[in-house]
Parts: sequence; structure tokens; C-alpha cells
Amino acid sequence: MEKYILPDIAGFHKIDVYEAHGGYRALRKALGMKPEEITDEVKKSGLRGRGGACFPTGLKWTFMPKQTAKPKYLCVNGDESEPGTFKDRQIFEFNPHLLIEGTLIAAYAMGVQTSYIYIRGEYGKWIKMLEKAIEAAYSNGYIGKDILGSNFATDILVHRGAGAYICGEESSLMNSIEGDRGYPRVKPPFPAQFGLWGCPTTINNVETISNVPLIVNNGWEWYTRIGAPKHPGPILVGVSGHVNKPGVYEMPTGVPLLEIIYKYAGGIPGDKALKAVIPGGSSTMILRGDQLEGVCMDGDSLKAAGSSVGTAGLIVMDEDTDLIKVIARISKFYYHESCGQCTPCREGTGWLWKILKRFEHGEGRKQDIDLLMDIANNIEGNTICALGDAAAWPVQSMIRKFRDEFEKRVKVQAPSQEVLA
Amino acid sequence: MLSEKNLAKIEQLKKYYPTTQALVLPVLWMVQEEHHYISEEAMKYVGELLQVPYAHVLGVVTFYTMFHTKPLGKHHVEVCTNVSCMLRGSAKIVEQLENRLGLKMGETSKDKKWTLSECECMGSCGTAPMLAVGDEYSENLTPEKLDKIISDLEHR
Repeated sequence: MEKYILPDIAGFHKIDVYEAHGGYRALRKALGMKPEEITDEVKKSGLRGRGGACFPTGLKWTFMPKQTAKPKYLCVNGDESEPGTFKDRQIFEFNPHLLIEGTLIAAYAMGVQTSYIYIRGEYGKWIKMLEKAIEAAYSNGYIGKDILGSNFATDILVHRGAGAYICGEESSLMNSIEGDRGYPRVKPPFPAQFGLWGCPTTINNVETISNVPLIVNNGWEWYTRIGAPKHPGPILVGVSGHVNKPGVYEMPTGVPLLEIIYKYAGGIPGDKALKAVIPGGSSTMILRGDQLEGVCMDGDSLKAAGSSVGTAGLIVMDEDTDLIKVIARISKFYYHESCGQCTPCREGTGWLWKILKRFEHGEGRKQDIDLLMDIANNIEGNTICALGDAAAWPVQSMIRKFRDEFEKRVKVQAPSQEVLA
Repeated sequence: MLSEKNLAKIEQLKKYYPTTQALVLPVLWMVQEEHHYISEEAMKYVGELLQVPYAHVLGVVTFYTMFHTKPLGKHHVEVCTNVSCMLRGSAKIVEQLENRLGLKMGETSKDKKWTLSECECMGSCGTAPMLAVGDEYSENLTPEKLDKIISDLEHR
């Protein structure tokens, strides 16, 4: 397939190279359209969010009020902190102008005055790259006042995070931009009604926004023909773990996971057997390697298989992987990243980790397996944001799919004195 | 507390945010870049500069992992030990670093030259294992590569 998000063109991050290959043509075209026509185009394209929730992007845009006295905002989510996810980083580095162009089109479609691109603090190097690209786009008249003589004015700013996974959650991200702790907000009200500083706000992922210029340039019908019909478009799949060629691969949605592992990523080192995969970042449910036949990288296929597409960060584990160690490490992560607002998550994530550490050291008790399940079930759905679910799902799925691994790590109790007597 | 250049940048940034509180994170980054950590005095300064209570600034600083309230070693070496790095041998990287520097994860050397930390996923899963020294990532680590990185840093 031709690559649209990460094309193989040298120096594509430079504005003159980008322009020479048709860059900012979509913006020009968009500025000649009515804003609602653009939203309609995105809606019909079937583009679904690439940040994890797969929400239809065009539909999200329609939630923004048309008539309002308040300023409107767009947040582009580049917090990218889900373990196993490293795709947005490629866009900042290799195609920043596609992201900028998409942001501008989205801003025009929704009547946004200011867009904030929120990037995780650890990406200092990539923040500088994007800032340089934004500066070039200002100089060439694509951002700022009277863009390309259209009377449309909008600004784009990069806002640096400071090391908090939770800030990838949209309401937490807004609190962070407002200069506060990254605590998620109770919804409703939803961001389109009451977002940044109480004003209408839309939050879209970096990769999602980068798909917008493609749709405007080629039309929604073209877009719907790429990949899985109900979840179309190109998708950046990050493959990590036990593969010969880890990395980010652009492909149409709907490619079988086995093809991604064995063709794109060159198979498993030493030709070892495939034990398990986490398909879309650490919060998505784990799948058994022997149950992957026919499972594809798109929302519906992965849902039917009992997981989700998440951020398309595929973590591959070979036959020698200690899955108890894996799940203990994942649980430690969620314990560290819980913001502490909701009791089930704040306390529960710590309990999960502590119990899993017992298993890791072969000290698990028989009743601990059910206890883990009970804690996870009591976190899931009982918190303000989805971090609670994200902490619960890996544990639940690991027990469901690999209960025997837990049973093997239960400490064999010495017979009591009574039995011996 | 802050350079003229940064003070001018703050004035510039104010145009793009409707409240001064929104500048808390950007200004804390400036403080940390200039002073390498954020002292109590610095937090009070930021509060006064942006007209937000000191308690608010303290709350923000202590919420975010990347803001440091104590000085770290000259070279802050962070090793990712999350799943993707773990699967590709981050434990060996941790061991090698601890042995070479004579420090445990989370410690700062007496001469204040080194701080070692274990960190969460840095978005280098496809180039694991990795470490970061400040903003600089070193990826696809091998024992030889790691040795060279430390030797280079020793002379800086």
C-alpha cells in the first residue's frame, strides 16, 4: 500500500519538500469550502479516532456548538504514554506539516481560534522539531491572521506535559493546559459544551488529525475504500517485544495480526512459538498466540476476539515469556500513574500490584487468583475516567486466558501439623 | 530567577492563554531548565509572577513526575523498564548501570554527578531497550553501547 502518513520521501519534515509534494493543498481546498462541508466529509469518510477509543471523528466535531459567544478550542493529543505506543512520535519527526495542516483544517471546520498540541514532557526533542515546523508554517502564511487570504485566523501552540500518563485522558489534558494537576473531570458536561476554561473544546489524537488532509484532498469515498469498511483508513501500527524488526508500520486497517508479526515485523527471533500478544497498548486485553487466526487490526475484528484496537501498539511475546512478570509490571505502571482521585483506582491498583508481586516470587496463595479478579471487577466502571478500566482489563484478561500460569506460581503449603499427626 | 529572554517569552505566551494560571507548566519548565530543579523559593516566585497561590504551584509541581523539588545529579540517567523494554532486556541494562556506577536505581552519587532512575514507558518500544539522559534518548542499547555512553558522559 502507498504510505500517506509516513511516506518514504527524504526531508519530508521540511516545509519546502512538503509543499513540493502537494503539501498544504488540502488547506487551500478546505478554505474554499464551507466549514460544515468539511465536517460532513470527515463524517462520511468513517475516520475513527486513533488515540484508543475509536470514536467517529466527524461525529465528534458536530458536537461543537455553531452559535456561541465563547471562543472555541481544539486540543491535539500527543501525550502518547500508553506502554507499547510510539507512533505519534514518528509524525512529529517525519511529517509534522501533515499534523499542522490537519490541525488547521479541523480548526477551520469547527471555528476554532486557538489549537493546543499537547505533547508529553519526555518528548523534548520532538517538541523542538514540531515547534520548528510550526514556525515555518507561520512564516509561509498558513497559520496566524488572514490565512492564504481567506480572512480565517487561527493560532497553534505546543503545550508541554511533565510526565503524567493520565494527561492523555482528554479532561485531564485540559486541566493540565489550564495549569492544574492532571485530574480527570466528571462527565457530563462533555468538552464540546464545557471544555477548556468552560468553552467549547474538541480533543483529537495526533494521528487522527493527520488523516484529515488526506480525506479533504481525495474525498471521503476514496478514504472509505482503504482497509476495513467499518474502520477505514491508513493506520500506524507500532510493533514491539519479541519480533525481528520492531518499529512503526503504516498499513491499511484490517491487516491480520499474524501478517503484521510475521511479514511486517519479520517474525519472532529464533523462530520461537508465539505465546501471547497485547494488540493495542498495555491497557487492551491480552490474546493467546494460538487464538489469533483471522484476527485483524481493526475495531470490529479485535472486539469480536475479546480485545480492542486501542492505540495499535502491538506487543509480541514468545513462548519463553514470563507472563506473570509482564502483568505485574503492567500493574505497577497503573499503580504509579493513578491520579488518586477515585478510591477504587487509587487503592485497587496498588493491591493488584502487591498481589501480583507475590505470584512473581512464587508466593501466590490459591485464593489470590479470585481475589485479583474481584479487585479488578470492583475497579472497572467505578471510576471517573478510563484509567481504572485500563488497569483492570489486563489483569482480568490475563487470568481468563492464562489461569494456569497463575496456578503454577501458587506457593505449595507445607501440610499442617494436624495433618501430619 | 528567570532570564530576560524567558521573561519576554512569558509575556508573549500570555497572548495565547486566557488565564495566567495556564502558564504554570510552561514557566515551571523554564525554572527547571535554568536551575535544574524547582526550589520552594522558585515555587513562591512562580506563584507571585502568575498570581496563583503558592499552594497551587506546589500541588502542580508534586503531581508531575518530571518536576524535581531537589537537585539531581549532573547526569540524570533514566531507564525504561516497562513491558516492551522488559521483553528486550532492560533488566540487564539496569544491572550493568548499577554495577558500573555503584548506585542503585533512585540514588544520586555522592559527588552529585549521577542520578539513576527507573522510568515508565518513554515511547521507545520499537527501539528497546533504551535510556534517556535529559531530553536525549539512547536506543537499541547493547552492553557495548551502554559502556560507551557512560564513558562519554564521564568526561562531560
